[in-house]
Amino acid sequence: MRASANLRCMIGTAIFLLTLLCVAVAPAQAQEKRRDGLTIGITQFPSTFNPMIDSMLAKSYILAMVRRPFVTFDRDWKLVCLLCETLPTVENGGAKVFTFDKGELKGKKGLRITWRIRKGAKWGDGRPVTVDDVVFAWKVGRHPQSGVAGREPFLRTVAIERIDDRTFVQVLDKLRYDYNQLVPDPMPAHLESAAFSDPKEYRRRTAYDRDPANPGLYYGPYRIGRIVSGSHVELVPNGTWWGRKPNFRRVVVRVIGNTAALEANLRAGDIDYAAGELGLSLDQATGLRRRSPDRYDFIFKAGLIYEHIDFNLDNPILKDKRVRQALAYGMDRKLMSEQLFGGLQPVAHTNISPLDRVASKDVTTYPFDPKKAAALLDAAGWKRRGGWRYNAKGERLTLSLMTTAGNRAREQVMEILQAYWRRIGVEIRLKTQPARVYFGRTVLRREFPAMAMYAWISAPESNPRGTLHSSEIPTAENNWSGQNFPGFRNAEMDRLIETLEVTLKLKDRVPIWRRIQQIYAGELPVLPLYFRANPYVFPRWLKGIRPTGHQFSTTLWVEDWHAGADAKQQ
Amino acid sequence: MSAFLIRRLMQSLAVIAIMSFLVYALIGLMPGDPIDIMISSDPKLTPADAARLRSLYGLDLPIGERYWNWLTAALGGDLGFSRTHNRPVLDVMGPHLLRTLLLMGLSFVISVAIAIPLGVWAAARPYSFRDYTINLFSFAGRSAPSFWLALILIFVFAVWLGWLPAGGLETIGKGGFWDRAQYLVLPVLSLTLLNVAGFTRFVRAETMAVMRQDFIRTARAKGVSERDVLLRHALRNAMIPIVTVIALDFGTLFSGALITETVFAYPGMGKMIFDSILANDFNLALVGLLFATFVTLAANLGADVTYAVLDPRIALQ
Repeated sequence: MRASANLRCMIGTAIFLLTLLCVAVAPAQAQEKRRDGLTIGITQFPSTFNPMIDSMLAKSYILAMVRRPFVTFDRDWKLVCLLCETLPTVENGGAKVFTFDKGELKGKKGLRITWRIRKGAKWGDGRPVTVDDVVFAWKVGRHPQSGVAGREPFLRTVAIERIDDRTFVQVLDKLRYDYNQLVPDPMPAHLESAAFSDPKEYRRRTAYDRDPANPGLYYGPYRIGRIVSGSHVELVPNGTWWGRKPNFRRVVVRVIGNTAALEANLRAGDIDYAAGELGLSLDQATGLRRRSPDRYDFIFKAGLIYEHIDFNLDNPILKDKRVRQALAYGMDRKLMSEQLFGGLQPVAHTNISPLDRVASKDVTTYPFDPKKAAALLDAAGWKRRGGWRYNAKGERLTLSLMTTAGNRAREQVMEILQAYWRRIGVEIRLKTQPARVYFGRTVLRREFPAMAMYAWISAPESNPRGTLHSSEIPTAENNWSGQNFPGFRNAEMDRLIETLEVTLKLKDRVPIWRRIQQIYAGELPVLPLYFRANPYVFPRWLKGIRPTGHQFSTTLWVEDWHAGADAKQQ
Repeated sequence: MSAFLIRRLMQSLAVIAIMSFLVYALIGLMPGDPIDIMISSDPKLTPADAARLRSLYGLDLPIGERYWNWLTAALGGDLGFSRTHNRPVLDVMGPHLLRTLLLMGLSFVISVAIAIPLGVWAAARPYSFRDYTINLFSFAGRSAPSFWLALILIFVFAVWLGWLPAGGLETIGKGGFWDRAQYLVLPVLSLTLLNVAGFTRFVRAETMAVMRQDFIRTARAKGVSERDVLLRHALRNAMIPIVTVIALDFGTLFSGALITETVFAYPGMGKMIFDSILANDFNLALVGLLFATFVTLAANLGADVTYAVLDPRIALQ
């Protein structure tokens, strides 16, 4: 009896202590509600803070608050200057076509582009941002061992001619329509030169990872104050920022890898704002809007994340365009978007977002029409017998559809497509793979037998060479590079892309883009589904957030964000 | 005893050496490499870029040669560089390890401190109301998925009551002992509830089995008090299998905090190892997994030593 009394006492004490701890810490928690700071929740932690090594959305999101690129697409999808004074174009004379008169490029056409760094631009330690910093970035980018992932933009620049501390001429080795998007953004030569003395070791020695709180590394409205790896990044105002003063004394970017936990943190008030770029899923955000319509503001911004299904054009069945078109007519994408995504994700007709300035409406569309689908399949030699279709050899029309495992939205779409296509007599076998295997091998090496569903993230007026030119089909010979995963070969498309690349004036490019989209929609190497919408969920007191819809983050305009009149204690 | 310890230590080193190769080879067998991942997310990468980067990261070498390079460097004290953190592996792992040790250590100590008395208390009166109640909670604890339990705790204590933070390490800009302690409460509670459930069931079962032994009857016949029967005779004899289970769980506990760490946004070892495997960060994944192996081996060695302390009939040779 005594033993049991003692045990009871021990358990009681343990419960009491636990409760005491909860209660003791509660008041401290409640007082943390001031509006001079902002806590943003995202789902990914950057692998490096060096702007040139690796490309990661989380890194771009954070760096957009501490650095400003020369140019960007603004919130109205116009190319604008941020670090430069005037956007150089062929039309305004800032960019000029010329012919090389010596060296390897003799006789070839190139471009000379004059850039001028904005007056007053300074690093966080007070040193001015100069042409030397641009030249340094260019040297790092060109070096084969520096660890920079994509060297193409740096290699296209064959010289940078210094005019004065703030002005330089960038010489491009050939004509490219995106000529004024290839300028290297400055890197702090005074801090990074030593790390680059041995280029092979640069990625290991960069101050961005060794001393990330050094103010001299940044030249945006904020600078990085503190980093706790895997947990959060703390930003503080940059005293040398030349632009409009940011409104928050501190911005914290917290990383919560699990979206359910991210939502819980938002509801608990531990984060203020779930970033649309790397935040809640669409169904989570719509659910939250239903439950708490008055507590948050919601913006659902459809943009450049293009959900689609790649056809493997080496598949004998899918080689026939009529089968591909029948599959397009055999599904109701509009209804799917309405039912699954509340109509927030617009149906795609091509790979070009309707928000893009080169988008064309003059393309073939595929409204839901099962009769037309059936007729096309009949014409292609797939006759209906019972529930399924068979060819003359008696083979059943069976195709596989693959996607990533664990993505609920995609798995739902797969099942719905399977049901739609069954109605027109096509048997679909579904297969999912972990993203690591799917993107690391299956898609990359074109090992999907028939159809692969996934998304592309592109840029405004993005060059379609990588995904549509026949030279970009991944093979063992080219070391599986290129992203023309369907294996699309079309001579006219190749010619159009080559012409597009050297057409410098927008008005001359628009008809080329139109024809590219017409071929895309007509030949249908890819089945367009919809453009994904990102949900931006923020408290009603937070004002000034305007999602872009393209790959450049909202944080490029962080100084516009402010607390509204109702921003006091909550 | 010392001969036993030296022999076991040598065996452990051999296991770690074999494990290091197996883990390296298994990660190498995974489809794709870090450059493939880069290519799939950056349409601008050219074949030349891919070849250059593979050479830069040593990914163009045969797996055996890569392993040998890593091993010789590791024996010289250089455990390599983490590709995904862009820092030396030990620099990355150190803070994660300390956080995990704090989290797991706390939950482990609390779990054992609660489970042993609770299990013994249940076993003292088997099939009574008390026993059924403890069993019910144990079953519930064992059955609750850790992910679900963690979210429920967040919703109750952080969203509804607003008593505790939902996750993270500290209040940014504040810090301090009490501040950090608040952030530990929910993850520790989550792990503790799950562990207590399992340990309690085991302690109860083992104690009940011992209570049916002849020596317990003899002790009672000699007039030993029920308290001493339970604590000095039954519990001590029940402890040998309990120590085994606890020792095995110690290793599992270490690598099994992934879900709790993810939900509570707590940057510990579990999440670090998981992320590094997914991102094909060979060096970090390898060192993290080897550390997990080391902890399991050490815990087992600790259990063997404890047997001898608990039961003098066991001689370690």
